Amino acid sequence: MKYLLIMNVNPATMAALTDEEREQIGHGHQAFMDTITGTGELIVTQALADPSNTVVVKSEGGAQVVTDGPYIEAKEFMGGFYLVECENQERAVELAKLIPDTGFEGFGVEVRPVMFSAGLEM
Amino acid sequence: MTTELEDLLRQLAPQVLGVLVRRYSRFDACEDAVQEALLAASLQWREDGLPDSPKSWLITVASRKLTDQWRSDEARRRRETLAAAQQPPAAAEADDRDDTLELLFLCCHPDLSPSSQVALTLRAVGGLTTGQIARAFMVPEATMGQRISRAKQKIKSTGIPEPEWARRLPVVLHVLYLIFNEGYTASTGPDLHSVELTGEAIRLTRTVHALLPDDGEVAGLLALMLLTDARRPARTTKDGELVPLAEQDRSLWDTAEIAEGTRLVDDAMARFPIGPYQLQAAVAALHDAAGTPAATDWPQILVLYRILARLQPNPMVTLNHAVALSMVEGPAAGLAMLATLDGDSRLAEHHRLEAVRAHLLEMAGDGAAARAAYLRAAKRTSSTPEQRYLEAKAGRLKP
Repeated sequence: MKYLLIMNVNPATMAALTDEEREQIGHGHQAFMDTITGTGELIVTQALADPSNTVVVKSEGGAQVVTDGPYIEAKEFMGGFYLVECENQERAVELAKLIPDTGFEGFGVEVRPVMFSAGLEM
Repeated sequence: MTTELEDLLRQLAPQVLGVLVRRYSRFDACEDAVQEALLAASLQWREDGLPDSPKSWLITVASRKLTDQWRSDEARRRRETLAAAQQPPAAAEADDRDDTLELLFLCCHPDLSPSSQVALTLRAVGGLTTGQIARAFMVPEATMGQRISRAKQKIKSTGIPEPEWARRLPVVLHVLYLIFNEGYTASTGPDLHSVELTGEAIRLTRTVHALLPDDGEVAGLLALMLLTDARRPARTTKDGELVPLAEQDRSLWDTAEIAEGTRLVDDAMARFPIGPYQLQAAVAALHDAAGTPAATDWPQILVLYRILARLQPNPMVTLNHAVALSMVEGPAAGLAMLATLDGDSRLAEHHRLEAVRAHLLEMAGDGAAARAAYLRAAKRTSSTPEQRYLEAKAGRLKP
């Protein structure tokens, strides 16, 4: 099963981190990447730029418009993701627990199963 | 590469690896050497034609690769290099044994996760390249390579003591079943380079069946695969939509596979102790024997599920048992059986429970409840075709 581990980050919380904590998170991600590369569970990972760089393309009154800023007004934004392939949801949660963000208040990792194109016979 | 040559190489791969592992022990180094030898063979044989004894050729070349590797590997002690270099050249009489089974047992090491067991089996026993396996499972080649090399390193031991064999055979059968299932349920596009996993699983299971002809469950698994695979041409539309069993065009089913599978399971059930794979194959044979859905022998299928539920009770068996019960005694009986699963944490989030419940509610004539259950099932599945199918079923019913 493939899972998308979505890292939700509150930019204010992020800014309030001490240098030490920030370093801890950075090292933690490196260790996590080494782990899941080693186990053959990592498919791809990306960190995303700050939401202030975001533009949204959408339809308004029958025309496509481009606006600055995130799509949804929220405190937390998707700060990055890991796409992994692992045995089951239990293991996906186990992996999410290894992501250093989950050790800090104000961060949360969402574990979302990926839709696949297979189906069982019914 | 020509298919014929590729087939020959894949057939020889486990035999050559078996000889090397017996001779030199170190599984992961041997496996690397065999892969290199296979590559050399595919290049050279295409140019010069086949050698007199392809197997001996591969053993000799792989052994040479192994000793070269050890010589250049400064961390290896000289002693080992000498021992390896002094090995007699491939002696035909020692290499006649078929080690495929032993390799399978090695690859299905209990310390490995099922996905690692599957990957290693396909590579070491199936003779597939890492790239082919990665494409079949739709993951990057680097990921698959890592998975395989880690699995190889875990297998330090060689030779499995006899008492361990009986314990490990069910694991081997389960791994073969997983490979088949992956191929059967994944609708990969017409990718010329993608390996047909169902065909590969059937091929490997045939090999095991030839080596263990007196094991009823091996025969049962092979029969189950053939009887299921026979329905493959009818189970999806051209657009990749799922077609449930009751709506399939039965003229598309593969009659040769049905005949062979039915013979296998009848013979196994007559001669050997009964087991879960034989029972599932017997159910599949009854479905395949029916010219129309109405002609299905549900009372007989119900008997088989009753035995299976005693032999191997699990929620998935209960689901199928409930369907069979509904077909014989009516949907109320089936729904009552499903209700026993409501507190089962293993199924709480599983869409199949709701999908079956919806089907039985529809049979019972409760359209509104059926529609709600179909929609709940559609929300829970991660499978796109299944979701489309369940939403379409719900769409046909009034809220």
